[in-house]
Amino acid sequence: MKKRKKILKLSARHSLVGWIFMLPWTIGFVIFFAYPLIQSVVFSLNKVVITAQGRKMNYVGSGNFADIFTKDAAFVERLSNFLVELILELPLIIVFSLVIAILLNQKVKCKGLFRTLFFLPIIVVSGPVLNMLLNTGSTTIPLIEQYGVYDAISGFLPSYLQQPVQTLFSELLLILWYSGVPTLIFFAGLQKIDASLYEAAYMDGASSWVSFWKIVLPSMRGMILIGCIYVTVFLATSEINDVIILIRDYMLNVNKGFGISAAMSWIYSLCILAAIGLCYLLFGHERKTKVKHSYMTKSEIRRYQNAKKKKS
Amino acid sequence: MRKRKKADTNWSAVYVRGKSRLWGRPNHRGWLYQSFIYLLLISLGFVYLYPILDMFITSFMTLTDLLDASVKWIPTQFTLDNYKEALEAMNVDKTFWPTVLGALLPALAQTAVCALTGYGLARYDFPLKKLLMALVLVTFIVPPYILLVPNYMMFSDYGMIGTLKTLVYPAMLGQGTKSAIFILIFMQFFKQTPLSLDEAARVDGASEKRIFFGIAIPLAIPAFIISFIFSFVWYWNDTYFTALYLTGGKVKTNVSTMLLELQNFDAVYLEHMKQASGWFAYSDGNVANEAIKMAATVLTIAPLLLIYFCLQKYFVEGIDRSGITGE
Repeated sequence: MKKRKKILKLSARHSLVGWIFMLPWTIGFVIFFAYPLIQSVVFSLNKVVITAQGRKMNYVGSGNFADIFTKDAAFVERLSNFLVELILELPLIIVFSLVIAILLNQKVKCKGLFRTLFFLPIIVVSGPVLNMLLNTGSTTIPLIEQYGVYDAISGFLPSYLQQPVQTLFSELLLILWYSGVPTLIFFAGLQKIDASLYEAAYMDGASSWVSFWKIVLPSMRGMILIGCIYVTVFLATSEINDVIILIRDYMLNVNKGFGISAAMSWIYSLCILAAIGLCYLLFGHERKTKVKHSYMTKSEIRRYQNAKKKKS
Repeated sequence: MRKRKKADTNWSAVYVRGKSRLWGRPNHRGWLYQSFIYLLLISLGFVYLYPILDMFITSFMTLTDLLDASVKWIPTQFTLDNYKEALEAMNVDKTFWPTVLGALLPALAQTAVCALTGYGLARYDFPLKKLLMALVLVTFIVPPYILLVPNYMMFSDYGMIGTLKTLVYPAMLGQGTKSAIFILIFMQFFKQTPLSLDEAARVDGASEKRIFFGIAIPLAIPAFIISFIFSFVWYWNDTYFTALYLTGGKVKTNVSTMLLELQNFDAVYLEHMKQASGWFAYSDGNVANEAIKMAATVLTIAPLLLIYFCLQKYFVEGIDRSGITGE
């Protein structure tokens, strides 16, 4: 009995120490996350006016949201532009960084050099620097423009896709640069795959192509999800994003006020959350693969069944 | 007749042998495969490097070289005037320390607190642990802009706008930029150190504090380095929050960072020109040319590059030791 009491005490102490380690974060969470979150909901439902006496709030219900969609064309336009861009850029970034990660994982000489090179964008990418590079045209590959790729593209595509695809090409280098962190994530993931899996597959006669589809991709699914989430969040919060520039401008603008910009940031965030949810649906849970236990190929089965039908 | 048959069988053997020699197998790659890989790596590497190279080279060019279309890669003469102009225009002597402190202090605070939090999550069982982990993930996914408005108001209520406190306090309490990622990294790392080490220390009478400082931290040095680099870089590169919290959205203030100066470079440069050559120099022609802009860009990323190349070895090693991604 006595002993048991002591064990209980120990575990209580254990959890207490755990809480102490978590304490700073928890306090921060309440002060800088939970409280502002609630406040921003309140703001988005109010018209906030700054007067000499301080802030005044007039409850307007969903008025702010209605204003954004009816009175202000800029926000909706920029938001939809951003979403189209996201849909176009996200797969590109993911595929590209997966390819780079696989390349880096090969047995090559000067491994360290290549790794240093490909992780360089993580360091360099930032709003003003990107803006500078964009403005001076360092991010376009001259060859693409010269060989009339644009014209070829605009011939094929429906008109609403032309503009985004063109910007896609003109900012191709930028996209490659965004793939720094996803590459890192995928690279770490690739190294966790057990080498004996490849070996076993090779023994069973699988080529590297087959083992990419059957081993690498399935075991990378979680990593791809993380990469998708990261890229979405990154693109959404990057400083050259039009939407958040608009939100900030409105916030500092006396006529528009905090209410509208809080409402905007909620709409924006819900869109991003929807995008992340979509990624989760695509890569989140493991699909059940059907294991085929038959020793016949499909065509053999069909022939067998046909023969059976004929007999009956 | 017999000869022909032999030749037939040889062809497939030649094909197989040739394929294995050129293309290779998973355990031993042929030279065709190798050269393919190298080709891809080098060409992609060039694409990555192109903007940086372009930036460096342009920053050394004189005006005549800039205007001359035939000069692309090798300037006819190197000049450092662009750097001088950029240094003066960006007020580097005044903005350098705020920039460094504005990145260093939050980065240190963030790394320390995220290490604590990650350790708590990885090593201890306590009530509501699952909930806390879920909340950590929530803080990552919820875009920071929702919190922007109330946070700004809170800071301005306490009169902290325009000071570094606005960056350091959230970081000190684990709510800096992308803190959740660092917490996950630390959690993953601390999970890997064997529990038996802790137990041995506990049997020997070490306190929890001692276990954390004596065992856990030394074993997780790569995680600290990775987190610190990332954190530093992200704080250094951030202009959205710094623009808001440090300057309140205004262009001219007493606290400014190099990145902010770069962001408003045209305005900053104009100001500089006015001061340097009198008010009559104010005309449309006095816009900074590409070379000066590029020099300014190089100046802002040079410290980052320096840190990256110094700590690069640990960085890559830390990634190798796994754990940058939570499972």
